[in-house]
Amino acid sequence: MLNWLRRPKYGSLQRREMPAGIWAKCPRCSNLIYRKELERSLRVCPKCTYHHRLSAEERLAITLDEDGFVEFDGSLTSADPLSFVGYAQKLEEARQKTGRPEAVIWGEGTIEGWRTVAAALDFYFMGGSMGSAVGEKVTRAAERAREARLPLIIFSASGGARMQEGVLSLMQLAKTSAAVGRLHDAGLPYVSIMCDPTTGGVTASFAFLGDVILAEPGATIGFAGRRVIEQTIRRKLPDDFQTAEFCLHKGLIDMVVARSEMRRTLAGLLAFFGGPRLEKPVPEVAAPQGAQT
Amino acid sequence: MTSPTPADHDRQLAEVEAEIERLRRLSREQNLSLDGEISVLEERAEDLRRAIFTNPSAWHIVQLARHTQRPHLVDYVAALFTDVLELHGDRRFRDDPAMFAGMARFEGQPVVIIGHNKGKDTKENIARNFGMPYPEGYRKALRAMKLAEKFTVPVVAFVDTPGAFPGDAAEERGQAEAIARNIQEMSRLRTAAIVVITGEGGSGGALAIAVGDVVLMLQYAVYTVITPEGCAAILWHDATRAPEAAAALRLTAKDLQALGVVDEVLTEPFAGAHRDSDAVFAEVRDALRRHLGVLRQVSPEELVNRRYAKFRQLGVLHETGAPAGQSR
Repeated sequence: MLNWLRRPKYGSLQRREMPAGIWAKCPRCSNLIYRKELERSLRVCPKCTYHHRLSAEERLAITLDEDGFVEFDGSLTSADPLSFVGYAQKLEEARQKTGRPEAVIWGEGTIEGWRTVAAALDFYFMGGSMGSAVGEKVTRAAERAREARLPLIIFSASGGARMQEGVLSLMQLAKTSAAVGRLHDAGLPYVSIMCDPTTGGVTASFAFLGDVILAEPGATIGFAGRRVIEQTIRRKLPDDFQTAEFCLHKGLIDMVVARSEMRRTLAGLLAFFGGPRLEKPVPEVAAPQGAQT
Repeated sequence: MTSPTPADHDRQLAEVEAEIERLRRLSREQNLSLDGEISVLEERAEDLRRAIFTNPSAWHIVQLARHTQRPHLVDYVAALFTDVLELHGDRRFRDDPAMFAGMARFEGQPVVIIGHNKGKDTKENIARNFGMPYPEGYRKALRAMKLAEKFTVPVVAFVDTPGAFPGDAAEERGQAEAIARNIQEMSRLRTAAIVVITGEGGSGGALAIAVGDVVLMLQYAVYTVITPEGCAAILWHDATRAPEAAAALRLTAKDLQALGVVDEVLTEPFAGAHRDSDAVFAEVRDALRRHLGVLRQVSPEELVNRRYAKFRQLGVLHETGAPAGQSR
């Protein structure tokens, strides 16, 4: 069991987009919000409903039941296979900044008692980019779900493939998509949730392969970057282009779900899929290789 | 005095080539014989090319991979296959000319061909969107792959694309989903698939038809997660530093074979495939014959399992407290 799930939630806001202190400024509407109120509302701005970005641990903390989360592969990280200029230093900075070794956390837990394998990408760690380790962990999560016959839930928040690992990061698209494909073949459910932002290689792999695809309100979702598209087509794009609501309208995703409704929605989906329910307060799971307890 | 750098060679070659062009025009227009002058310059150009391509930099290889005179999909199809029947459309939106799909015979045996369809000149390239498919292009390729699966016919995929098309219509029609779907379906396709990277292997747009049992790559093709220009723009806010980025990305066939991404590198003629297309076709034909012969003996279950394992092991991981190494 990791102790971070028991820590007070949102304990590390100072180093993120919030100024320290009693008041927080919303990056979208610029209103000052009483921080306690913001935390009570799961960091959704009470004035403009902007869904502030969450770290992976914050995401899992507000989604999963309070006890019983077991993280796997907590010490698994990317190496620097190409000795890419500046990469080792960037990785180290990201580790310092987030206190986490990589841009994804995965493990097993429950949502309103429904057992599930869950993963969350962390945009604060190098833009949630997918290199070898993120690809490996997502793949192991899908493989674990298949072996344990559990549903899979992945929260994505990522700028795409991690350029510093070159084509090896592109290969993670193949690896993760193939693993999710096997989960589908085994008849197990996979729910993908796109959070702000989910772009590039992560959308062109596991994030768009869910049986059901949810998104948080206002999340940016798309493959190519907005600026690149504007340069290519030589005109301005509408404000709502590549938002969750735009994607819903275009038929690309199933639902836009407010953060306050996410747990209930996921529990409803897991109930529909008829996954196993937790019998004991803490699941007795046989940990796979590399598990941390 | 310092020795000339690769950049010096490039500049000199461009100057000599421009001069040759100018003299040719002059000789045409004025009806003069300048053959002597031209042949001297051509010798000089050849020397410079030799200097450049004896040990080409990553950036030179990028230039070769993008060379407009390089053999393209239609050339490979015409040279290597018979009884070609082109298939059109994704049955959903339209026919995407940037992606080719067809049924054909290779040395008498049926195959399904898919591939990015670059043009050889500007007019063709505009019609084919420079080989950058829209979602319907990937969906057409997937339809052809499923057809191959149904009749247990091998797929031969030719990769040559700058990448997915960054346009609003492509986004609206779900290009991320189309690429993801292709990758997933190709990874579990119950028939053999051979991938030949012939020119530019541009990121997700390339991978959408590149999850093969065997991945072959021409010596001067490239395969990368981002263009060198895009990489340089992100890293240094300066797209002109693309040559540095090209080296850093390790995008050449030799690099990718070392990383386990490419199974076999197919040798090109000196200074590039466009200098002797027939030699390249012979090289590709030989490789296809060898690999198709082997893959035809493998059951669909075994193909799918091996293909999963092949892509499963790609990546380099580090376990904190343990030495860095290849993933399990």
